[in-house]
Amino acid sequence: VATVGLFYVGIDAILEQMRRKAMKQGFELNIMIVGQSGLGKSTLMNTLFKSKVSRKSVVSTPEERIPKTIEIKSISHDIEEKGVRMKLTVIDTPGFGDHINNENCWQPIMKFINDQYEQYLQEEINIDRKKRIPDSRVHCCMYFIPPTGHCLRPLDVEFMSRLSKVVNIVPVIAKADTLTLEERDFFKQTIREELRANGIDVYPQKEFDEDSDDRMINDKIREMIPFAVVGSNQEYQVNGKRLLGRKTKWGTIEVENIAHCEFAHLRDLLIRTHMQNIKDITSSIHYEVYRVRRLNETNGQPNAQPPNTLVNPQQANGVAAQHQVLTHEM
Amino acid sequence: MAATEIARQAGEGARAVPLAGHVGFDSMPDQLVNKSVNHGFCFNILCVGETGLGKSTLMDTLFNTKFEGEPTQHNQPGVQLKSNTYELQESNVRLKLTVVNTVGFGDQINKEDSYKSIVEFIDTQFEAYLQEELKIKRTLHSYHDTRIHACLYFIAPTGHSLKSLDLVTMKKLDSKVNIIPIIAKSDAISKSELTKFKIKITSELVSNGVQIYQFPTDDETVAEINSTMNGHLPFAVVGSTEEVKIGNKMVKARQYPWGTVQVENENHCDFVKLREMLIRVNMEDLREQTHTRHYELYRRCKLEEMGFKDTDPDCKPFSLQETYEAKRNEFMGDLQKKEEEMRQMFVQRVKEKEAELKEAEKELHEKFDRLKKLHQDEKKKLEDKKKSLDDELNGFKQKKTAAELLQSQAQQAGGSTTLKRDKERKNIRLQ
Repeated sequence: VATVGLFYVGIDAILEQMRRKAMKQGFELNIMIVGQSGLGKSTLMNTLFKSKVSRKSVVSTPEERIPKTIEIKSISHDIEEKGVRMKLTVIDTPGFGDHINNENCWQPIMKFINDQYEQYLQEEINIDRKKRIPDSRVHCCMYFIPPTGHCLRPLDVEFMSRLSKVVNIVPVIAKADTLTLEERDFFKQTIREELRANGIDVYPQKEFDEDSDDRMINDKIREMIPFAVVGSNQEYQVNGKRLLGRKTKWGTIEVENIAHCEFAHLRDLLIRTHMQNIKDITSSIHYEVYRVRRLNETNGQPNAQPPNTLVNPQQANGVAAQHQVLTHEM
Repeated sequence: MAATEIARQAGEGARAVPLAGHVGFDSMPDQLVNKSVNHGFCFNILCVGETGLGKSTLMDTLFNTKFEGEPTQHNQPGVQLKSNTYELQESNVRLKLTVVNTVGFGDQINKEDSYKSIVEFIDTQFEAYLQEELKIKRTLHSYHDTRIHACLYFIAPTGHSLKSLDLVTMKKLDSKVNIIPIIAKSDAISKSELTKFKIKITSELVSNGVQIYQFPTDDETVAEINSTMNGHLPFAVVGSTEEVKIGNKMVKARQYPWGTVQVENENHCDFVKLREMLIRVNMEDLREQTHTRHYELYRRCKLEEMGFKDTDPDCKPFSLQETYEAKRNEFMGDLQKKEEEMRQMFVQRVKEKEAELKEAEKELHEKFDRLKKLHQDEKKKLEDKKKSLDDELNGFKQKKTAAELLQSQAQQAGGSTTLKRDKERKNIRLQ
């Protein structure tokens, strides 16, 4: 390595150039929230991003409350902070886990995630392709665990086991203000053991640690997950300061106080330190795995569609049709 | 399986919402930069110019290091491209710099094909990237990008106009690489001549439709300086790694009896401008233009050439993959056919050989039979002959016994006369 001499060449100016470019282009982030209704998913999103980025499911009549099918609702917002622009897309999954028979409830979610990979792949393999391919791939799937205090339910295990193979899963213990600190620690430990026992790799996955520094930081995180969180959009006066919290008769739970709950840890992980990493793992690992699978499996299968037929954009081509078949098998 | 209803409420036009407090994603540019710092950067410069225009010296000066050990050999026919990669570091930034030099450019008597090896080289780097991108199992994020990000075109300081070789070459390269034209060894030209020279060059480039790289003016932070610099093209540069003491500082300069040309003095030459534009302000943009414009053009042309089609405005675009699959199936079909043919041929050959061998076997059997028969015949003949000889022998023996018997009878019967008479009789009989 030749170190540049006394004279300043200016190579390090590229950092500033990159920063400028990033500011100009802005960022995209797509978060999916999964969990049965009533776990405070929307509230948590709104607390994380300090704005109404997720709408609570409109509760009208009991019949309409639980959708007959699992819906996937995607809402995008443009947010900006200190000149940094971000397009945040929150993907909600109302109906998940709410039915009596929840068999295969992960399928529509799995399909949605794979559809986004598919869309990106299609754009990528175009001859004439866009300068910047819009990224709708799910970067992070937050899975809400109800605060039972005991262990994971079969649905939790089933879902996380399947989905952790295609997307970054960040499990959180929802409405953690119903657990004492001891109950919380016990619960977390049990969950971690169960995840390990079932071979479920949640974010940050051990195998993707880049170097020893990474591993050190991520090991600490892995010892703390799942984060026990509380969400709130209300501010209360606590010790002369206005803080986000939940007011009860026995006290006010301060959302951003790490002595009360782990919201701040989650926020730091997701937004302040590991956001880029979460996106990188999605694009260079999960997406690539999908791409390898797709390019391998459609080989050897004759393309039944004759070229130049006008086709319905939903079932656009043989590739998508074969993809439909694939999701059935999942 | 539960059916899905996908409701997208905002596609391109996402609603803007204000934030009620500090969220923290303003750290994203830093996160991105940190990742790049960890990965390191890649920058590839191609220097095109005739022998002796100071290409190597200029690179040494720009990056403030002594790059190559020995001067390049100029004894090969045709234009060669020599590529060298260096690892540089400044504060926490690690740069993998590749400098490619054209050796022997402009040395030939017939320069018609001079540009070809350059174009080929550039295309080869694009092709390598394309191949990696098309692989099924690929590692794009750790791929060492060798695509040329900037082409410094060295113009000889004649003071008159561009040479036709220059025009032709630049025309061939302008759709493949970012061209930054520079006037080399510009201390050979006086200031007034230089201004005229620059104007002439610029107008010749324009009239011949050569697209040189324009420093970008869309970002307000750098729009002003970039647009000013665009007006100073081509940069008149002087390179030197020798240091001369001016005042109380050591500066890079070229010392002549009549004065010293200081490389970093903006009154003397445009070196500082070049360094500013190439490295300090637009390195990232050069990389991006290479990837999003030049590479995409190459890729599009290459794939169309290979027979892939994209779209028909009414239908959903053909996926590259379907055509790729179709081609693959075709190829597999051909492969199978060939395999089948080979198998047939093999079977055929085996049959033929078998037949041959059978024939040979049959012949051998026949030969054996014949020989056997011959042998038997011979044997029989010999046996017959033996028999006849035995018969003869027996006959002879009988006669002998009969004769002996008679003789003994004669002796018993009479005297000598009788003997004589008997002898005579015997003689008569025997005769």
